[in-house]
Amino acid sequence: MKRDLLGLKGMSAEEIKNILDTAKTMKMVVSQPNKKTQHLQGRTVVNLFYENSTRTRLSFELAAKYMSANAANITASGSSVQKGESLIDTAQTINMMGTDILVMRHSMSGAPGVIAPLISASVINAGDGMNEHPTQALLDMLTMYEKLGSFENFKGLKVAIIGDVYHSRVVRSNIYGLRALGAEVAVAGPATLMPPQIEKMGVAAYTDVREAVRDADIVMGLRIQLERQKKGLFPSVREYHKYFGIDEEKLKLAKPGALLMHPGPVNRGVELSSSVIDGPQSVINEQVKSGVAVRMAVMYLLSRGGFNR
Amino acid sequence: MKILIKNGHIIDPANGVDKTADLLVEGSKIAELAENITSSADVVIDASGECVTPGLVDMHVHLRDPGLEYKEDIITGTKAAVMGGVTSVACMPNTSPVCDSEAVVRYIIEKAANEGFANVYPVGAISKGMAGKELSEMGGLKDAGAVAVSDDGKPVSEPILMKHALQYAQMFGLPVISHCEDLSLADGGDMNEGLVSTYLGLRGITRAAEEVQAARDILIAEAVDAPVHIAHVSTRGTVDLVRQAKKRGVKVTCETAPHYFTLTEKAVEGFDTNAKMNPPLRTEDDVAAIKEGLKDGTIDAIITDHAPHHIDEKRCEFALALNGIIGLETSLGLGLTYLVRENVLTINELISLMSEKPAKILNIPKGTLSVGADADITIFDPGKEWTVDVNKFKSKSKNSPYDGWKLYGKPEYVIVGGKIRVKNGELEER
Repeated sequence: MKRDLLGLKGMSAEEIKNILDTAKTMKMVVSQPNKKTQHLQGRTVVNLFYENSTRTRLSFELAAKYMSANAANITASGSSVQKGESLIDTAQTINMMGTDILVMRHSMSGAPGVIAPLISASVINAGDGMNEHPTQALLDMLTMYEKLGSFENFKGLKVAIIGDVYHSRVVRSNIYGLRALGAEVAVAGPATLMPPQIEKMGVAAYTDVREAVRDADIVMGLRIQLERQKKGLFPSVREYHKYFGIDEEKLKLAKPGALLMHPGPVNRGVELSSSVIDGPQSVINEQVKSGVAVRMAVMYLLSRGGFNR
Repeated sequence: MKILIKNGHIIDPANGVDKTADLLVEGSKIAELAENITSSADVVIDASGECVTPGLVDMHVHLRDPGLEYKEDIITGTKAAVMGGVTSVACMPNTSPVCDSEAVVRYIIEKAANEGFANVYPVGAISKGMAGKELSEMGGLKDAGAVAVSDDGKPVSEPILMKHALQYAQMFGLPVISHCEDLSLADGGDMNEGLVSTYLGLRGITRAAEEVQAARDILIAEAVDAPVHIAHVSTRGTVDLVRQAKKRGVKVTCETAPHYFTLTEKAVEGFDTNAKMNPPLRTEDDVAAIKEGLKDGTIDAIITDHAPHHIDEKRCEFALALNGIIGLETSLGLGLTYLVRENVLTINELISLMSEKPAKILNIPKGTLSVGADADITIFDPGKEWTVDVNKFKSKSKNSPYDGWKLYGKPEYVIVGGKIRVKNGELEER
């Protein structure tokens, strides 16, 4: 039976470790001058993106090409979606063209789960609404794993995730994945951008960023959509940065040498100050490289039937 | 034609009847209720061990006719009704065109009379086109046969329009059925705001969206001393608001639907679009409050909010899926199984909430087995177990979250105006 990657919810630690170990190997490929393997020779990967994306889409495409797959991209704006074709019909059409892996980004939570049971291609969720973004969390964890050196060190690891928690699919996937590996997660953001009862997902929740960051091993900023200001969710970028942005002063509350992460693209001077983005603790650029490796690993393992070792 | 129903457990809450007896129907009317009626009859129904109740009255359904017949029409909708023991329905005006004119009211009544299986009472729109701007011609709607007004599906957002609607409708004796939803607070949400919306990353609808507007409409009704009926109550807060208002003497009534006492927001897990409705499914605590409200009389009616949708309108992204579920063929079973068998209500109380009381709110001569009344009768065995199978539904649509549920009590016989519409659990074609 084909497998999909719809989210990290319910995924076992062993499966996650297998993906990350595989991705670690794949990262070597990305670092080589000759970036070509035969892992997906003859397979077809289609990226179906209903939302704009630069790094996620490009990294899936490059990941597929580095492994010798046929890769094609479809964006909603230039497709039959504009003619009113339904998601199911679009997915079935793509499926029938010999697609082995369908990578989908969609603005609505749960959308990949609508098509996954209906098509033979493996579906990879490249971000669905506010639900999950599993490969982002996996690349975050790969970046941490490489710094930590072993999975043992995830136990008790303190990860603080700061910003627009309400709208963030990155947060949800990270919570599932990090908790499966034994890490402790704290989230913080303005009360208007915190989802209700999030602490019942097994995390500590704060509206005071300092409390979340204090003694953290990892500090992760989340992108804030500037349109949220117009909806009245926060008063101004200036005030947002003052209370919820990560700057050098707030970062000092974390453990010395704590890693600074961000899924990108960053609003400089809003969720992170430029000084910390470009500072010694930042691994934001490393995350991008991890992204290609993780997507190679996920596609390779799916082509082999799943994530179990 | 004479129909003699023998040895049934007659439950007629309007007359305080709760005994084993015989019931005789002559023509379209109930002719006699007595022990051991010996009169000859064309049809004799042995109702031993079964309940014989007034035909159920569902004061909140969507028949989708005219205009949206791909979801349901008056024929299929009333077939579904009688299969569920419902002999009278009040249908909401959000059709295409909107039921805001005498012409549409007359069309519905005429089609129902000529081709329908149950009694159909149109609900007219509060505002022209349900646009929330100007009052509809309520006098004309009433004259044409509308029994209430509502903009159901949409709230009346402007408080002043609701004030005028309550005052104007009262002149004509038309109840105003208010869909309470503050759209600003609802904020385009897709489900109840709470733990499950957080888990699924779905936009939440705060309970305050319903409660704020229910409170508003209660206060307006109180200020102008006019009746208001709060539709599909789903939260503890709304139950409390209605309870307090009734104590103050406000002319407020309200209704709830089986999904608000049988399901919670948890049903949405897995992005099940058959658990998407408006107002959304709430929490265990709200379910408990709904049951308390049913028990203590705060809630006056159980309705289905029968909302048929085409499969393509449900088999899609959760955010795109339309709100609502069908309910006519499961409401009695859900009430018997989750209210009566769980000792929340007596069977008499359940039947009252599903017949006598909604008929009173709508001022229609239904919901009773009084001698001389229209012979609308539902006969069922409350102990008989059955399994819900949406493929057997008479409704055109299949959007029910109850598929596969085991319920108790399914109508064996349903009589509408002296005509047998359901016989041995099967539909009788007209």
